[in-house]
Order: sequence, then structure tokens, then C-alpha cells
Amino acid sequence: MSVSSTTPATTAEELSEGGRRELPQKRAKAALSEGKRQERRLGWLLCAPAALVMVAVTAYPILYSFWLSLQRYDLKFPSEREFVWFANYATVLSNGYWWTAFGVTLLITVVSVAVELVLGMALALVMHRTLIGRGLVRTSALIPYGIVTVVAAFSWRYAWTPSTGYLANLLSDGAPLTERASALSIIILAEIWKTTPFMALLLMAGLALVPEDLLKAASMDGASAWQRFTRVMLPVMKPAILVALLFRTLDAFRVFDNIYVLTNGANETSSVSMIAYNNLMKGLNLGIGSTMSVLIFLAVAIIAFVFVKLFGTAAPGSSDEGRR
Amino acid sequence: MARDDRHPRRRTMRARVAAAGAALALTAPMAACGSDGEGGVPTLNLYQFPVESFQHVIDTCNQQANGRYRVVYQVLPRTADDQRVQMVRRLAAEDDSMDILGLDVTWTQEFASADWILEWTGADKAAIEDGTLPGPLASAEYKNRLYAAPNNTNVQLLWYRKDLVSSPPKTWDEMISQAQRLKSAGKKPFQILTMGAQYEGLVVLFNSLVASAGGHVVDDSGDKAVMDAGTVKALRVMKKLATSGVVSPSFSNSIEDDVRLAYQSGAGAFEVNWPYVYASMQGDAPQILAKTGWARYPAIDANTPSVTTIGGSNMAVSAYSKHPGLAFEAIKCLRNAENQEYLAINAGQAPSIEAVYDRPDMAKAYPMRETLLEELKDAAPRPRTPAYQNLSTVVAAELSPPSAIDPQRTADSLRTSIQKAIDSQGVLP
Repeated sequence: MSVSSTTPATTAEELSEGGRRELPQKRAKAALSEGKRQERRLGWLLCAPAALVMVAVTAYPILYSFWLSLQRYDLKFPSEREFVWFANYATVLSNGYWWTAFGVTLLITVVSVAVELVLGMALALVMHRTLIGRGLVRTSALIPYGIVTVVAAFSWRYAWTPSTGYLANLLSDGAPLTERASALSIIILAEIWKTTPFMALLLMAGLALVPEDLLKAASMDGASAWQRFTRVMLPVMKPAILVALLFRTLDAFRVFDNIYVLTNGANETSSVSMIAYNNLMKGLNLGIGSTMSVLIFLAVAIIAFVFVKLFGTAAPGSSDEGRR
Repeated sequence: MARDDRHPRRRTMRARVAAAGAALALTAPMAACGSDGEGGVPTLNLYQFPVESFQHVIDTCNQQANGRYRVVYQVLPRTADDQRVQMVRRLAAEDDSMDILGLDVTWTQEFASADWILEWTGADKAAIEDGTLPGPLASAEYKNRLYAAPNNTNVQLLWYRKDLVSSPPKTWDEMISQAQRLKSAGKKPFQILTMGAQYEGLVVLFNSLVASAGGHVVDDSGDKAVMDAGTVKALRVMKKLATSGVVSPSFSNSIEDDVRLAYQSGAGAFEVNWPYVYASMQGDAPQILAKTGWARYPAIDANTPSVTTIGGSNMAVSAYSKHPGLAFEAIKCLRNAENQEYLAINAGQAPSIEAVYDRPDMAKAYPMRETLLEELKDAAPRPRTPAYQNLSTVVAAELSPPSAIDPQRTADSLRTSIQKAIDSQGVLP
């Protein structure tokens, strides 16, 4: 031991005492890394069950889908199953229906998320600033999000159907759900109505991060309400906004239930999830259907990558959060 | 810290054991679900779309079975897509709790090719073939083998206004010119009403025209797209009809009920539709019914009788059934002549056994039975390929709207997309 003692005869207590005294300088680093290693080990152990479950329920299906996507595998022709490498990808990527659905999905995603961001922000400000009946305001704003999407979609469908609906004759005499442009608008409207509260909830969490002092200081300096919003609140809220956008974009890209109920994909209103369902579940074509699932997975992964790496999205509260 | 980290692990182990136990407890009663009913009588689960009065037929057969089996009616959803998706999902998972399947005529070949339903052979096969109309029987065959027992059947008829048209048209051309004459004479109504929306109904119209023109969409084996000269002829008639100026403006968006309601409200001089419109007019529009006559489906050529598309349903035995022998026996009872007659009168389902049409009670329920039977004897099934679902989707998509058909070009492009559908390379929209 490198502990330097003045007296040769030292008791164990003295040694340990001295050792303890000397430790901070000499062994600080080693002791810290020992603790960190243990902490890390504990961390791994703690998340191991969750990680294992994740592997079982997500990694396995993803790999299995990929494996299926490399085969001609059609339940209608069980004897003609064969390995075809990437032929299914060529089929899907050269198909007009797929790209139409892809375009529809992008349109729905971009428009609905953009509108939701604006409306959600307004709603968040209202909920944040409400003084009286705050609980009531917040609860009622969340009601659309609490309703099952399929149920809400059915009520939208009946509302827009000529003989039963109160909205059908609002715009024209025709049936709005049977024409492409109006049907897509209705799908987007239903999406916005449904998920704006979710957006507002995430943004409200971001609003809570904005220190009141900062706003007061800005106002002392003569900043107008709009300047306080754009120069103080938005920069502080940026991590929360990015997380909200990421969640909603990923969610919107997988849009299925509203379309399934409202138009069932008629008049070229299918999303990529709809078309994958049609090929897998109705067409029984496991090869083509799995190819589409893999492509959707890749698209979602790219969206997440762009948000995380390019825009620097991080979970609010994580250590990177203050980086702006 | 070094000691503390053991606790969570131990806890998760215990939690996992508990979770596994809970899962077992949950699944245990499920295992009991598929097993046989009380008293050792084997239960046969019949999965079929909702049919009025069908429980009565089941009760009759259960009584006659005298304890050998007990059929239980598991009612599937109302829409065809939902019915098919549910059965397909269970069959793909080799569910042995399904014994008898009620199939739309267009699914029979698909299920047979997937090895999901059992072939009918020997005496069972002979019993089904005996007295059954050839059209419905063909709809239950795949590659010259019988895979299902035709239960009920259906064909469309021509309904026309006797007060406006002296004799019913024999061909589509004749019907179009009669309607045009009514229109130019300023008579109302003059319209021809039939189904033209982008769905199965449009494929039925196309198939009837193709069969009447002697054409083929796929070859007899169902493995190859043909689209011969007959199909081009059929497409020419479809195009002419859609651009004749005598169809309803909403032709390209009409399904069965739209057509029925339009005719009932007095908007059409001609209606091509299924026989159910008769019962509906009896109830809702007796004054229109009094002026309505019926005739055989219009032909393409005046000298060649029309061939119409067969509808209806078949019954098949699941390949995963635990009691296939009893299931074959039960089907023979469920679709026998007595029960078909009962369903014809009580549920409006047209029988697939020819002799049933001659029974005295049928005259009242089916005044149009002679025309119906005449058509049924010449009727054609839809293209018999396992890929029918895909074929139907692409055909409907390519033929919609019918006014935009370019006969030769449409036929060529359909040949390509149908072949792709058969080769599982087609992408469904």
C-alpha cells in the first residue's frame, strides 16, 4: 500500500482512518469508476427484462417479416413457395398503387402534423394560462383523444354520408366521401380533431419548462407578447416541440383506422398501412405484404433518424436537453 | 450498491413466474373451448354469414342426427370481406375448432388451392352431384375436383317496365336502342339501371358479358390469363352502354341497393339486378311492381342465349376439422332438398337443386322461377382461380369508370395485371 504513515506500528483502525483520509486525492478516479461500473451493471440488469421482452416482441417479428419479404409466399399457393431475394421489393417499388399510397400518406402526415402543431400550441397556451376551472378546461380538451379512433371515425363517416349526416350537405350536394380531394380532407380533419389534444398535452409539458422570471424580464425589457412567444418561449420549448413533432409524425405516418372506416381506401385514399393490410390480410400474399411492412418500418426509422440526428430531438429531462 | 442490485433481479424473477402463472391460468379455459359438447356428442362448428331462419335448418338436422353430431351456428360478420378475413386468419393458424365453412362461391377455389378445405370423393361426392344444377356445381369445383357442396345460388334478371316496352329486349344493343327511342320520344323514365361502381358488381357485369360473348378471362386450369376476342367484344358493349346517354348519371357509382331504389322510385325503364328486388318492390313499391315484367338476362348476340354470372354460397369441410366424416354428413343434411326449399321460402335463397323449383310452394315465393331456372342452366361461374380476390380487385379498378374503357387496350392491360395477380406478383390497391 502506498499509504504513508508516520508510525510503523499502526492499528487497523488507524490504517483505515489514514487510508480514508488519503483516498480523495489518490483513488478518487478508481473508486468512482468502480461505482459507475456497478451502477451500469445494475442498469443493465434492471432493463434486461424489458430489453428481452422488446427483443421477443419486436425484433423477432421484424426479422421474420424481413425473411418473409425475400420469398414468394402466398397462402393461396402453398406449394409454390420459393426464395426470390429482392424480387418483391422490385415489384412493390415499381408499382403505381404503392407510390400513390405513399404520396397520400406523406400528404396526410405533413398537413395533419403541421395543423396540429399550430392548434396544439394554441390549445396548450389556453390550458396553461387558464386560471379558473383549469381542471375542467384540461379535461374537456382531452376528450377527443380519449375516444376510440374507430368509434370517432364512424361518427365522422355518418356525419358525412348524405342521407344520415348533418355535415354532408355543408359543402356541396354530392357525397364528400366518394371524391378523392374531399375524402382526403375529411380524413385529415378527423386525424387533426383526434390528436390535437395529444399534441397540446406534450407542448404544455414544454410550456411548464419556461421560467416565469424569464418572461417577466423580457417584458421589463419591452418585449411584446409576440416577441416573448417567439424569442423566449419557443427556444426554451424547442426540445418539447421536437419530441411532440417526432411522436406525431411517426404516428401519422402509420395512419390506418380513420381511412379504414371512412373510405376503406376507395378513390385512391389508401395509406401505406392500408395497402399493406390489403395485401397481407385480404390478398394472403405474405411475401408482398411483408415487403411493404419492411418498407414502412424503414420509412419510420428514417423519420426518427432525421428527427434525432438532424434536429437533435431528445427526451425532455435528459442530459442533452439544455443543449440549444 | 453491490448488495442492493440483487433485490430487483430476484423480484423480476418472481414477477416473471407470477406472470407466467397468470398467463397459464388465462389460457387454460380457452383450451376447453374447442372440445366437444356435453354427453360426448361431437360438436360441429358451422361458420357462416348470417342467414335468416338458418337456425331452424340446423335444428332439423341436429334432430335427424339423433345424437351423432350437434351443429352449432357461429355467425360471421355481415360484410363479405370481414367474413373471409376472419375465416382465413383462423385457417392460416390451423384452427381445429372450425368444421363447416359457409363460403361465397368466389372463395371456393382459393380455399381449395390453399389446402384449407377437403375434397369431396366417392359416395359423398355423388350425393352432392345428384340433381344439382350444373352452374352452381361448377362454382364448387377446382381443377376438376369437387371441394364444396352448393347450397344456394343466384343469378341476375332483366326487369323492365311493361307499360313502356312492349316486348323485353333480347340483347344489350336492343335494350340500348329501345331506351334511346324512349328518350328521344320524350318518354320518362327511359334509363337503364345496373351496377357500375368500382367493386365486385362491376366484375359480375363484365363476367356475364364475357361469358355471353363466348370469351374467357382465365383458362380452365385458372393458372393463365387469357382475355381473348370475346372479352374485347364484351368490353365494347360495356363502353357502348356507359356512353349511350341512357344510363343513370350515377352509373359509375351505383351498387345493388342504389339501383334497386332508383328503379323502385320510377327512375328507370330497365333494371338488371338480382331477384331480391322483387320482394323489395312487393313491400315498398307495389304500383311499380304492377307495371314490371322480367326476362332473361340480355345477350350479346341475338342468336346466342345469354350466359350469366352465378352468385350464392357453398359449404365446405375445413381441413383442420377433428370430425371431417361427420361434417360431410352434416352438410349433406343442411343443403338437402327439404332444407333448400325451406330457406327459399323463408330466407329468399334460390335453391341449387333443380327439382326444388318444381315444388308447389315455390310458385308463390318465386314467380320468376322459370326464367331463373332457364338462366341457371346456362350460367357461368366467375373466373375459377385461387387468385380471384386479387383478380376481382384489379378488374374493378381497370374497368372503372366504364365510360373510359378502350376495348383492345383495356383487354391487353388486364391480361398483364391478371397474370401478375395469379403469379402473386400483383399489388392490391
